[in-house]
Amino acid sequence: MEIGMPTLKDMREGQEAVIVRVGGNGALRRRLLEMGLRSGARIRIEKYAPLRDPLELVVNAMHVSLRVEEAAQIEVDPAA
Amino acid sequence: MPPAKHLTIALAGNPNSGKTTIFNAITGTRQKVGNWPGVTVEKKEGHVQRFGYELSIIDLPGTYSLTPFSIEEIVARDFVLDDRPDVVIDIIDASNLERSLYLATQLREIDCKVLFALNMADLAQSNGIRIDAAKLGELLDLPVVFTVGNRQEGIDELLQKAVGLAESGAPAPQKRRVRYSQDIETAIGRLRTFMAGNAEGDLPYNPRWAAIKLLEDDRIVQQRILAAAGPGGPKILEEAERLRQQLADRYDDAPEIVMTDERYGFIAGIIREVLTTTRRQRVDTSRAIDKVLTDRFLGFPIFVFFIWAMFQLTFSLGAYPMDWIGAGFEAVGGLIQRWVPESLLRDLLVEGVLAGVGSVAVFLPNILILFFCISLFEDTGYMARAAFLMDRIMHLVGLHGKSFIPMLMGFGCNVPAVMAARTLESEKDRILTVLVTPFMSCSARLPVYLVLAGTFFAQRAGTVIFGIYLLGIVVAMLSGRLFRKTLLPGADAPFVMELPPYRMPMLKSLMIHMWDRARMFIQKMGGVILVGAVIVWVLSSFPRQVDYRQDYGALRNAAAQRWQTQIAAADPGRRPVLEAELARELSELRRQQRTEQIGQSYMGHIGKILEPVVAPMGIDWRGGVALLSGVVAKEIVVSTMGVLYAAEADSEDALGRALRASGMTPLAGLAMMAFVLLYVPCLATVAAVRRETGNRWMLFSVAYSTGLAWLVAVAIYQGGRLLGIT
Repeated sequence: MEIGMPTLKDMREGQEAVIVRVGGNGALRRRLLEMGLRSGARIRIEKYAPLRDPLELVVNAMHVSLRVEEAAQIEVDPAA
Repeated sequence: MPPAKHLTIALAGNPNSGKTTIFNAITGTRQKVGNWPGVTVEKKEGHVQRFGYELSIIDLPGTYSLTPFSIEEIVARDFVLDDRPDVVIDIIDASNLERSLYLATQLREIDCKVLFALNMADLAQSNGIRIDAAKLGELLDLPVVFTVGNRQEGIDELLQKAVGLAESGAPAPQKRRVRYSQDIETAIGRLRTFMAGNAEGDLPYNPRWAAIKLLEDDRIVQQRILAAAGPGGPKILEEAERLRQQLADRYDDAPEIVMTDERYGFIAGIIREVLTTTRRQRVDTSRAIDKVLTDRFLGFPIFVFFIWAMFQLTFSLGAYPMDWIGAGFEAVGGLIQRWVPESLLRDLLVEGVLAGVGSVAVFLPNILILFFCISLFEDTGYMARAAFLMDRIMHLVGLHGKSFIPMLMGFGCNVPAVMAARTLESEKDRILTVLVTPFMSCSARLPVYLVLAGTFFAQRAGTVIFGIYLLGIVVAMLSGRLFRKTLLPGADAPFVMELPPYRMPMLKSLMIHMWDRARMFIQKMGGVILVGAVIVWVLSSFPRQVDYRQDYGALRNAAAQRWQTQIAAADPGRRPVLEAELARELSELRRQQRTEQIGQSYMGHIGKILEPVVAPMGIDWRGGVALLSGVVAKEIVVSTMGVLYAAEADSEDALGRALRASGMTPLAGLAMMAFVLLYVPCLATVAAVRRETGNRWMLFSVAYSTGLAWLVAVAIYQGGRLLGIT
């Protein structure tokens, strides 16, 4: 993993970004890809749950929830 | 008339794509809900006659993909591969074309005839999404039909096209499939040739598909190939692994990931050609609702309110029909008492069958309302938000956000609660949830608490009962943590979950869902309860030959004579009073006889055997028998205590007096309540646990809960005594 590359969990509510790389173990990674969370996809952080975990994001007009620990596996580029 | 030709049509699609709505629109109420063989995934099937054909419609589980990562996906894939439906209708959610097409491309890779139902295109259009259906059909070489499931639109055309496609005789089109990049296509080609050369006999699948799956490291296909290819099998897997390694080196990533990406690339190409989006200015209602319902501050209060409202509705509204059903059963019992002469048969009917079935039937209204509410949560999309809100808390104790709903339902009735654990994707999570759900104190346990707490804690009964409920929650949480650490280690399933848009629920689908559950409850659980109740009755009624300490027949005759003489001598005004006295004495004698008879019945013998086990909890053999009979259903604990200890009438007050008179202390009452809370909930729940998890887990659940119940109850009683509390 490149040092300094921000991940999804570093993002604030309402922020947008482009996914750079999806990490994690096989099954989780594949599930994420199948839900459209793959490199190049543009996402927006919709909100965090009241207890700050999990978070909700929008990808391809679909709302998906992820735990923060899972979101930490997804590297993003907020500037793109 | 010649028998109609039979066709099988499978419905595939993403979750929340409107698949169930289309299924309901096609089959109406003519549907059958069961399980897929060997797994607890729900299988819905419907049969309709159209265009001179007998059509079997199979609703496949909603999935995003056909990889073998969840039971649902395996079930859906195996059905298409092994049962070879004549046509597969793929429900495409027009608002989410990309993800829908991902599943579609995988279906197209399997050799089957596919037809698209482009669903909810009207909604998509109002959101500014326009899809060129003709072009889409042309690009993928398959028929496309517009449907709006909840308005029955396009359903006829869909079925007509499906029948036409099934009868067309044309093989599934080979072209217009995903083409992978050169290196992958080369590997697929090589593996195909290798398989053809090394396999003995025919391989079960389309060779291209099998090669792709092997390159994707698909465990299930690997096993099937090993089983089907004979001695060449291991060599094929070796070659596949070698090619996988090559590809992994070439792309610096796992081949399955690369292929997933390339499928998306293929889909992106299609989407560019068929989809036009216009900038929409519409207010997103769903988002607005969600802003409130999952708000940082309002989210939890609203959630608690919904749950509270659900229980209020279930128990207050359900109380009326409950009373009617109870009265109905009593009336039938009265009729039998009147018309059937006093005999063993009459006792069996009244005390065994009616009492047993009645004890379950009264819960039907509760269950119907509870399931109506649950369906409402599900159909509106709120259920996913409930999991979203609760996941953090549940995750702390090793459970999944979705475990919350079954546990919550457990407060109503453990049976549907255990069944509700099916919504969990991972098997470990499911088993864990099923194991802890029975600790949630169901409504059938409440009557027991009411009697015991009312008797021994009078003013503080409410607090004590609340404490018992709390104890159940704490035990569930601790057990969850313990199981997660020991028996079912590993992290819980990832919380990657779609939060579907809020939708207006449809009454028809709510009704169908509610009815399905009710029927399951009546059929499966009614049978178990009936058998159990009859067994308890037999154990407590036999042997018939009892050596009574006194001759009750003679005593009754003597009493009758004594009072009759008094009545005859008394003046007419006093006669009713004396007659009532006579009736009272006769019923007291009957009760004594019944108590003595049960004492000597098989049940009584079992009770004496149980005595050393229940004594450390401060409970005598009669309490032990009551607890034992409570295995059938918790309400029976109260009625058994009524028979064994009881006073005159079956009034709770009289039972309370009798309990105090028996020497039971408040501390023992508390221990008994804890035991009732924690031990085997009832036969119906045990049956449900077995159905959901299998024999081994069922036995474990019974042993664990009963063992824990005993330990906790003994700890309360003995600990209390050490502290000098009675």
